[in-house]
Amino acid sequence: MPPVLDIDQIVKKFGNFTAVDNVSFQVEDGKFFSILGPSGCGKTTLLRIISGFLEPSSGSLRIRGEDMAGIAPNRRPVNLVFQNLALFPMMNVAENIAFGLKRQRCPAREIESRTDAMLERVGLTGYGPKDIAQLSGGQKQRVAIARALVVNPSILLLDEPLGALDLKLREQMKIELKKLQREVGTTFIYITHDQSEALVMSDTVAVMNDGCFEQIDTPRNLYESPASSFVAGFVGEANIFSAFVESQDPELIVRTSTGLVMRATAMQQMEGRECSLFIRPESIILMPDDNLEDLNRFELVVEAILFDGSNTKILAMQGDSEITVALPQNQQFAHIAVGDHINAGVHVDGCKCYSGEMS
Amino acid sequence: MKSKVSSGLFIFLTPVLLWLLLLIVIPHIELLLMSLQGESDLGEPIWTLSNYTAFFTESIYWYTFVRTAVYALLVTVLTFAVTFPVAFYITKVVPVRLSGFLTILLLVPFWVSELVRVYGWMILLRESGVINHFLLQLGLINQPVEMLYNDISMIMGLVYTSMLFMVVPLISSLEGMDDSMIEAAHDLGASKFVIFFKIVIPYAAPGITSGSIVVFMLALGNYLTPNLMGGKNSLWFTEQIYNEFIASFNWNQGAAFGFLLLLLSSCIIWIGLKLGRQQLGKALS
Repeated sequence: MPPVLDIDQIVKKFGNFTAVDNVSFQVEDGKFFSILGPSGCGKTTLLRIISGFLEPSSGSLRIRGEDMAGIAPNRRPVNLVFQNLALFPMMNVAENIAFGLKRQRCPAREIESRTDAMLERVGLTGYGPKDIAQLSGGQKQRVAIARALVVNPSILLLDEPLGALDLKLREQMKIELKKLQREVGTTFIYITHDQSEALVMSDTVAVMNDGCFEQIDTPRNLYESPASSFVAGFVGEANIFSAFVESQDPELIVRTSTGLVMRATAMQQMEGRECSLFIRPESIILMPDDNLEDLNRFELVVEAILFDGSNTKILAMQGDSEITVALPQNQQFAHIAVGDHINAGVHVDGCKCYSGEMS
Repeated sequence: MKSKVSSGLFIFLTPVLLWLLLLIVIPHIELLLMSLQGESDLGEPIWTLSNYTAFFTESIYWYTFVRTAVYALLVTVLTFAVTFPVAFYITKVVPVRLSGFLTILLLVPFWVSELVRVYGWMILLRESGVINHFLLQLGLINQPVEMLYNDISMIMGLVYTSMLFMVVPLISSLEGMDDSMIEAAHDLGASKFVIFFKIVIPYAAPGITSGSIVVFMLALGNYLTPNLMGGKNSLWFTEQIYNEFIASFNWNQGAAFGFLLLLLSSCIIWIGLKLGRQQLGKALS
């Protein structure tokens, strides 16, 4: 069985500017696939190519094995949930949802039953006769998703649909979306610049930068072994140092520009002496046991404590380098105060080194 | 506090109320009374409905009345048909920075008075006019053709003078429409035809309604354009009123006609709103 979406060497140019640069990937049926990247990386262009609003400059796009070249958006088995939702304000909730079904010339009774079923699925039973203006942000969100899902697309495309919601609601919608996707089994392609949305919901995440895919992987792999310095910096938090390679044999030793010497893990072939070093805040161990092996040990001076509940961090100095350290959730380090000198260490695996200067 | 608010409201409302009372209500009461008066055989003023019955018994009045209403409706529809593509093009097709410029281009002719603009048309269309001159030069016609003083030129003139009042509300209502709404409909399987009739028109409905009301009223009550471009044959109802007041000096009859015209425009607008399922307040807000 062919993958539901097969994109092969898609390029999209606007004049001299290449928005999407030779991207190839496949999405399997029923997966939650996210495209994660900073604004302006070309992810929306890619989405519009898949939905048919833009034609690629070159390359091919197949949906369920069928070539989509020259097929207009209204004839593609793909539906889009717009960033600003684009609900029709002159129609009520039920009419909005029924819009796509009416275009397929479904019998009236089927339209009604499918609309009701969809409303129930998104938790808006009985909201059919309401006006769009009467709904809250989260409810509008659900209507937009229901409107696109009700026509049974092969792929549902979502263009940063949670962007306009407040934080609490966003967290809640993340979970709901993931649940909904699992229930309906439709392939979701989700565009976002928010790494937490991508990591929480997706089966697979593609990280996009400057029109190219940097890495396509599971959220865990993306976080734990980023393939490039861009991914390491964009996904999750990291302490980033520009550094020089001191020696490569038998193991990689780097010296940061602030003078810290570290044993590190090379994540790619090291070319030249310049490199960048990434250390996640949670991989730094405070007061490490003396028996632990393969540890880079150093002393930190606490500069500030950034209290944020379960996400509390301390900001510390090691010589001239500023380092963020995540505090474990138990109260073990609750006594730490600003100005304290504490021993710290980080395992070699936690010091990830990428060739070249950081961007 | 509450009495303060209402006294403030009263101060702001006073000019409006005075305006309505002095310029609209009182003259209309006067006209109404006048329309119900006539002269007896002895030349004494009496109360009578004869001014109104005259309207129903004289077929020429009837004919002019219906003709004016039908043509005013036609002008409204034609104005909409001409201006909607323009408004759509300005708001949705061209880049935003151009749309302001195009709107100004559209408005510039309306800085000139209606009279001058109508004379402009007459210079173009009359027997010795610019168009005839060129057609003769090109040898397409041997004799100059009179293009003025017929229904077509009159309707065209009315559409031209009304355009502004349709295009401005259309532009402002289409401007508020998010392009992604059109894309969303397209994405959900709608053809261009369906998008136009199910999304664009309903979205612009308040603008269409308010534009249509204004254009209809202006066309119905227009005196200048039908008179100049339609000539003696124009048979516009306002001319009938003018004739009664000025030519025949029959103010009572003129007042009755004025009231009938008011009744007519109110009825047609009411029917239009019902058919379009629009509310007056919503459309004009």
